[in-house]
Amino acid sequence: MSAEAERERFLARHSFIELNARERARAVLDGGSFRELLGPFERLKSPWLPLQGIVAQADDGVVIARGQLDGHEAVVASIEGAYQGGSIGEVSGAKIAGALELALRDAARGRTVRPVLLLETGGVRLQEANLGLAAIAEIQAAIVALRRHVPVVAVVAGVVGCFGGMSLAAALCSQLIVTRQARLGMNGPEVIEQEAGLAELDAGDRARVWSLMGGEQRHATGFADVLVEDDAEAIAGAVRAAFGERTAARSERVGELIARLAAIDAEHPPEPAALRALWGKVRSP
Amino acid sequence: MSAQPQPSLGEIWLEALTGAAGLIDGSPRTVRAADAPLGAEVARFIAVVPDPGNRFPRARHGEVGLDEASGLALEVRRAMAEDSGRSRRPLIALVDVTSQAYGAREELLGIHLAGAAAVDAYASARLAGHPLIALLVGKAISGGFLTHGYQANRILALDSPAVLTHAMSREASARVTRRTVEELAQLGERIAPMAYDIRSFASLGLVHRLIGGVNGTRPGAADLERVRAELIAAVADARAGPRDLAVRLKSPAALSGRAASIAVRARLAEQWDAS
Repeated sequence: MSAEAERERFLARHSFIELNARERARAVLDGGSFRELLGPFERLKSPWLPLQGIVAQADDGVVIARGQLDGHEAVVASIEGAYQGGSIGEVSGAKIAGALELALRDAARGRTVRPVLLLETGGVRLQEANLGLAAIAEIQAAIVALRRHVPVVAVVAGVVGCFGGMSLAAALCSQLIVTRQARLGMNGPEVIEQEAGLAELDAGDRARVWSLMGGEQRHATGFADVLVEDDAEAIAGAVRAAFGERTAARSERVGELIARLAAIDAEHPPEPAALRALWGKVRSP
Repeated sequence: MSAQPQPSLGEIWLEALTGAAGLIDGSPRTVRAADAPLGAEVARFIAVVPDPGNRFPRARHGEVGLDEASGLALEVRRAMAEDSGRSRRPLIALVDVTSQAYGAREELLGIHLAGAAAVDAYASARLAGHPLIALLVGKAISGGFLTHGYQANRILALDSPAVLTHAMSREASARVTRRTVEELAQLGERIAPMAYDIRSFASLGLVHRLIGGVNGTRPGAADLERVRAELIAAVADARAGPRDLAVRLKSPAALSGRAASIAVRARLAEQWDAS
């Protein structure tokens, strides 16, 4: 590509991260195929937030959309990071789990619906604690069951990132797509700093945080399959391509996981850059 | 004070239910698995136990860390492989886990993947036909519970003040939400999913059987007989039912405690196919 063409392409880029959850789902699906289920007019809100003086949003921060991907039936679950940090409450969690369970029901009947998760979440919504955690367990159960029929594809684009039990859900997926802006980890930096102290991790040190759990690092150390630019078209393309991949999910490959961990000196773990050399890209896309 | 640390509730119940007879020599030391009789068959009992000498310092108090999560995945997958093509043994997760391990090296090394491997193994075992029963004997908190117990066909719990369920420990949750532990307790009294006690958790329909009248810290012969009978019944119930988690939404308690979870699924099903 010439420098001029490259510049044109850069200018034509359409940020995916800046889109809200509904726009993201629309951007991923084939043009004109987006059909929202349980839209805001259904008013399926959190029953628990108003009891704590918090205004509940009418879609509980999750958009479920049916549509098509390259003409194939699809369902997208897209989390709104701007609402309660994309946290999983009873309703938002049930929307995701329920959509995956319906895709599973269809798959068992020989009707494939391609599932896509657009993850932007801090994990469990603490105001709904046990019911958020229960929903995440059900989302995880559905991913493992559904993955046997059709690849389950997840995208972590960025702003919030993907944390808590939902980071496990991301790791259960058949294919995981990330951007450089994404973060993926079980515990958010703030919680680690609070629980383990500033010496363990300074949550304000963005470079350090991204070096540990940023999308580029995750891809370079084999925790993500595809690294894409923050571009709606590129992400939509990566999602389509991911359905052509048929490999075991990385969470199934326990032997490899244990061998990797066994080789680590826990007292003196490698620096993030050294870990890239050590673990490399075990499964290149 | 004795130099010998107090055994954890997970250790106590593993020892009590298996006599440590069939203890499997594995690693790490924090994941204890034992094959022991349960009724007319042999079941695999699994517990995560604390190790003050854990090579990962952030996992020394009963947390599920990198080695614990991957060790759980290994023990479950081993049972699956051994039982391939024959009757699949019950898996009994004895749950007493304080949380996941919080640390920078845990994140660097991908504790989320290790946790996912444990979830994956348990869910896959359940789908393959292993009756998977969680018995809550102590803390069942956050990522610890997700990786060890929450994929079970049936969740049983001792009706004991030592049994706690939540998305985050009391202390951490208070710090994150800038409330006091007392304020959180008051909130839990009003809002069931915010509570830590097992009766509130059961009111959400997530517990198949709450086992009362059992000494949770020093189980005697009658207590063990009682708990074994409950486990045997839960195994039979799991074998007779579907291999997914749908049962959690069908109990009378779930009808009120998780009404929104049920309503969302019903409305989604109505709208799933374009009219």
